[in-house]
Amino acid sequence: MGFDAFAAACCAIPVLVSVLAVRVAYVLCRSGLPPSRSRASGLRCLIVLGSGGHTAEMMNIVTELQKDRFTPRYYVAALTDNMSLPKAQVYEKSLIHGDRETIIENAEFMQIYRSREVGQSYITAIATTLRAILHAMWLIIRIRPQVIFCNGPGTCIPLCASAFLLKVLGLGWSSIFYIESIARVKKLSLSGLLLYKLRMADQFFVQWPQLQQKYPRAQYAGRLM
Amino acid sequence: VIDKEARRLYIMDPIQTSQSLEEKKLRNLSGYFVFHFMLWWNGEDLVKPICAVSGNLNLQVEHFTFLPSIADSIREASLVISHAGSGSIFETLRLGKPLIVVVNEDLMDNHQSELAEELAEQNHLLCAHPQTLRETVEAMDLHALQPYIPGEARPVVALINEFLGFPV
Repeated sequence: MGFDAFAAACCAIPVLVSVLAVRVAYVLCRSGLPPSRSRASGLRCLIVLGSGGHTAEMMNIVTELQKDRFTPRYYVAALTDNMSLPKAQVYEKSLIHGDRETIIENAEFMQIYRSREVGQSYITAIATTLRAILHAMWLIIRIRPQVIFCNGPGTCIPLCASAFLLKVLGLGWSSIFYIESIARVKKLSLSGLLLYKLRMADQFFVQWPQLQQKYPRAQYAGRLM
Repeated sequence: VIDKEARRLYIMDPIQTSQSLEEKKLRNLSGYFVFHFMLWWNGEDLVKPICAVSGNLNLQVEHFTFLPSIADSIREASLVISHAGSGSIFETLRLGKPLIVVVNEDLMDNHQSELAEELAEQNHLLCAHPQTLRETVEAMDLHALQPYIPGEARPVVALINEFLGFPV
């Protein structure tokens, strides 16, 4: 009995690994190609906000998006960031027309654990990163975004990784758009570098021509600010 | 070189800059400027030494830790001195105000200085270190600064729409 189970495991594991490898290869090849679904209703979006200039830049993008195409909108910011979500809420409220009460219908606002706070020791960061990854997975499974917008804060890495994992497992497809922060003129941020090298973003934008020359797979379409 | 009219000087988040504006530097500048300090964070401790000397000088000091929008304050200013955060930089440039950015590499990540240096090279603002702030203010020629033409998100969003198969 034990021997049969052992033999079964010996066969199953290589098969599973091969299937996963094929799926990862498929996802990587399919990234960068437009998704094939029909445009019946709006696309569910995840918008990752970050401290400082990140949120300002991201809101510039959101303002420009056609709202009927990108709806509902899920805004995510770090738990310790208390300025970004209010800014998004102010914007979403401004979209409400007419005499209806000011209830925001097409947007939700959520907070996520950060992998590591500024100045936190790297040892405790292992546990907090794990917590952030699990929380990110939970949010991604809950939201099942079709589109993800992010521009550099560390909070976007667990989210993008979770979305990528879902793609590999065939449980959902999200197009990831990454726009490197305007503060990055000569070097990519850590988030940007990871997404660029691992080819996890479907489209990768930089805001300075010098960066586009250094990272040829990136696109340069001017500055957001 | 320095305009003799009373000017409002608006300082954003000057944890680094206020430390460099000691009493003797203030004395050099105060004959020409009315200072309107606005400090973030733990403004109380930073403001005390400045307030102590402000009585002798032509100084008006205001400080706050959070303001929903500093745009109005920036609009009233003749000059803005700021740290190198991209939010502060672009908010000021987009309002068309002269800007001196103080880069302190001891206290912050290097990446913030890349942006300030690039924009200084393009003559949209002046760059200084805490140690050189005084000379920069004394020698500044704000009329030589080039106006900054704001960017916009439309080209990026057009590419995103195109990728997703939406009509552009």
